[in-house]
Amino acid sequence: MEELLRVNNLKTHFFTKKGVVPAVDGVSISVPKSSIVGLVGESGCGKSMTAMSIMQLIQKPGKIINGSIELEEDNLLTYSKDEMRNIRGNKISMIFQEPMTALNPVYTVGRQVREAITIHHSNIGKEEAKQKVLDIFKAVGIPEPERRYNSYPHQLSGGLRQRVMIGMAMVCNPKLMIADEPTTALDVTIEAQILSLMKNLQKERDTSILMITHNLGVVAEVCDYIYVMYAGKVMEQANTFELFKNTCHPYTEGLMKSIPKITSEKQRLYNIKGVVPNLMKLPKGCRFCPRCDNAKPRCFEEEPPLYKIKSVVEGSEDHYVRCFMHEDSGVKYDE
Amino acid sequence: MEDIKKIDTLEQLRKEYEDTEAEIADSDSIWDKIKNMIKSNKLAAISLIIILLFCFCAIFAPFVAPHDPTLQNYDNVRAKPSSEHLLGTDELGRDVLSRIIYGSRISLVIGLVPTTISMVLGTILGLMAGFLGKKVDFVIMRLADIMLAFPSLLLAMVVMYTLGATLINIFIALSVVSWAGTARVVRSQTLSLREKEFVEAAKSIGVKDYVIMIRHILPNCLPSLIVLFTMNIPGSILSESSLSFLGIGAQPPASSWGLMVVNGKQWLFSEPWVAISPGVAILILVLAFNFLGDGMRDAIDPYMKE
Amino acid sequence: MSMIKYIVKRILIAIPVLIGVMLIIFLMLNVVPGDPITLMMREHIKPELIERMRVQMGLDDPVMVRFVNYMKGAIRGDFGISYKLNRNVTDLIITAFPHTVRLSLFAALIAWIIGIPSGIISAVKQNSLVDRFFMSFSLLGVSMPVFWAALMMQYVFAYKLKLLPVSGHDTWRHLLMPAIVLGWSSAGTIARLTRSSLLEIMKNDFVRTARAKGLKESIVVVGHALKNALLPVVTMMAIQVASLLSGAVITESVFGIPGVGRLAVNAIQNRDMPLLQGTVVFTTILIIGGNLIADLLYSFIDPRIRVE
Repeated sequence: MEELLRVNNLKTHFFTKKGVVPAVDGVSISVPKSSIVGLVGESGCGKSMTAMSIMQLIQKPGKIINGSIELEEDNLLTYSKDEMRNIRGNKISMIFQEPMTALNPVYTVGRQVREAITIHHSNIGKEEAKQKVLDIFKAVGIPEPERRYNSYPHQLSGGLRQRVMIGMAMVCNPKLMIADEPTTALDVTIEAQILSLMKNLQKERDTSILMITHNLGVVAEVCDYIYVMYAGKVMEQANTFELFKNTCHPYTEGLMKSIPKITSEKQRLYNIKGVVPNLMKLPKGCRFCPRCDNAKPRCFEEEPPLYKIKSVVEGSEDHYVRCFMHEDSGVKYDE
Repeated sequence: MEDIKKIDTLEQLRKEYEDTEAEIADSDSIWDKIKNMIKSNKLAAISLIIILLFCFCAIFAPFVAPHDPTLQNYDNVRAKPSSEHLLGTDELGRDVLSRIIYGSRISLVIGLVPTTISMVLGTILGLMAGFLGKKVDFVIMRLADIMLAFPSLLLAMVVMYTLGATLINIFIALSVVSWAGTARVVRSQTLSLREKEFVEAAKSIGVKDYVIMIRHILPNCLPSLIVLFTMNIPGSILSESSLSFLGIGAQPPASSWGLMVVNGKQWLFSEPWVAISPGVAILILVLAFNFLGDGMRDAIDPYMKE
Repeated sequence: MSMIKYIVKRILIAIPVLIGVMLIIFLMLNVVPGDPITLMMREHIKPELIERMRVQMGLDDPVMVRFVNYMKGAIRGDFGISYKLNRNVTDLIITAFPHTVRLSLFAALIAWIIGIPSGIISAVKQNSLVDRFFMSFSLLGVSMPVFWAALMMQYVFAYKLKLLPVSGHDTWRHLLMPAIVLGWSSAGTIARLTRSSLLEIMKNDFVRTARAKGLKESIVVVGHALKNALLPVVTMMAIQVASLLSGAVITESVFGIPGVGRLAVNAIQNRDMPLLQGTVVFTTILIIGGNLIADLLYSFIDPRIRVE
């Protein structure tokens, strides 16, 4: 498959008074054209910061200090401010977690979506832009688009607001849409609708989606390929089916086990012991080792690289794991 | 033996990491936050020192002041600042610096006492308004509206008119005038805290209302109250000096700074130090409290929204 | 429809507050020992005459009766007669008010033209030198005793530099110093409010959304953030007009401007109860009115409250 976005060894560090926080510490991700890629991990693992880095929306005291972000051959990190602004909302768009607060309360939703068009296409007049807004409203499933055009955000439900956000993100037909926890704040039934909407839009408009979430159920539902992140680094990556069938990294295993199953006979819910590490005081070796049941002394000393391992599922793309357990079976992947 | 040793080492290593994580947990108390503020916020620290300096002068005025503040000397009226009289003398030949030092007593007491009284009043009424139901809330808030409707200086003037122009009456006036602001803040915090689970838990066990208010809600209001206190003090100081300036506050021979300014007003152009130096003292003290208040608000209060 | 209901409700609540205010003032001023008649007259008068004037002025009636009579008069616009100046209180206030208005509006303009932009710039360039400078200036305005600032300005600008007249109220040059003195603290307050409000708003999610859309930072601040941030600022402006109109007491006294504030001070100094009562009630009405307008303004501008 052709590659749309390639993030290479991205490092985004936050330089605070109390110390340096390496929120994104050497992350490499590839998003092919016309596909949905998932970025999974707990809060604080760096997945949102990776997304913000791609959009170059990182604010002080954060700074991208290493790596490249290639959108179809061009390295976005070399772009000027104006060039990057041209990309945002236009070639790459982003939707966020809280639809309640993500829209400006004092402007109508129609005006806000229309703005997304007019800033990137100054040749389109107000009326024409309004028509496009109504079209996208229909496409994302907003009932009575004409009426909703003049509504204020507080007059819409959470699900509708998220549809408006998706509409705003899609209205310029971007090549990539980054969705940062888009359904976490929504009810399960609404979540299902929104996910299905996103899948359809992706197919219809040939957009790629980078889906960021902590919810394995969501990625299982929509993603083709999944990256699992922990403490600023990618721990495992594979096709969805392969990842679920052939879970290799202890962390991913822990995540899978944590999903409560109705069919399970166990009384207690499983949870991974320990806590997420303080990024300013990271362990010397593998970042996950204090919580890992399989940890060996070497794990506390050395950080494992990403090993390529043999996929179990036929026709899968490459499966990589960052764990010494697979040192022998896999081929080291140079980062 | 070898294997057991290995496991020991692993467990030790694991423990090391767990210990590192444990100490990072953030639970600074108010005291800690204030101490941090003093360390990092230089302006607030300097302000605190200045305030303490004024307090020192006020308490130990007889030892700090170079001269007797009431000693009149008609031969040396409105004298220029000199080594003998660092800030010159006033219209009756009294040493200005000494009068300012003694005047700090008035200003500090006026700053602290009425503010304390009005805040206690405001806190009680605010707690009641927030916790005891809609009717109580309505009545107290209308009263607060009435108090807030008055221009505070004019209201203080009216009270002074009624009671007569003395220092004690200024206390009373300032204590009564400004409880409403505190009441509003405490009320809004009470309203939001009332919905929290620990209050529901206490109620379900059968804890009495006033106990909940004092034991559970009040401590959570404490950060805001501390900040409010520091920020309200300047108001009292400015009000008293304004009232004294207008002649309806402290009366001679008290060395209220406001009174000193109005007495020196006639000679503003010829011997400016008589009127200007007491004003500078007011300015410095008020600025110090304001900086301190700002610093404290930044350091300890999550709720404070103007 | 509910907008009108809201307005009516607010007005209805304001009325008992107003009556409460007038009652409290009346009680305070009329429970004072000291026969106003005796205070008023300087010569010796026969006791029977004093007694007759007392009855005539209704000073022997119980307090509540007097209050009701006062209220009756107030509704008609009659606030009694000044003891000292022997003129209708209402006339005195009406004559004095325009001076106060001119001064206050001048002060308000200075306060807003300086205060709001400096607040915005301070927020945008947070923690920079400009920010610290503006905020220090604002804090100074809020901390300076007004009478001292007035005297300082007179000393520097009228005496030393001879740029402006010391006092008086005829031309705008006369009003410049008093307006600056009066407006400085309002400027400070509103600069601080603008800054903190804008900083709060900039933390909001929709600001992040606006940037993610590809908007220029200046448009994000001015077009999106500012409109939200100015909501509390506009209501404060309404409150400030009211408080400026009623708080010019010291400024008017020092600069010799014959406004309502100075009238009140004279009333106190002369034990002129009706005049004091009239001026305090008058300014309180202004403040209640100002707060009401501020409330209504807020509900008007914030679509979350407006469109129900």
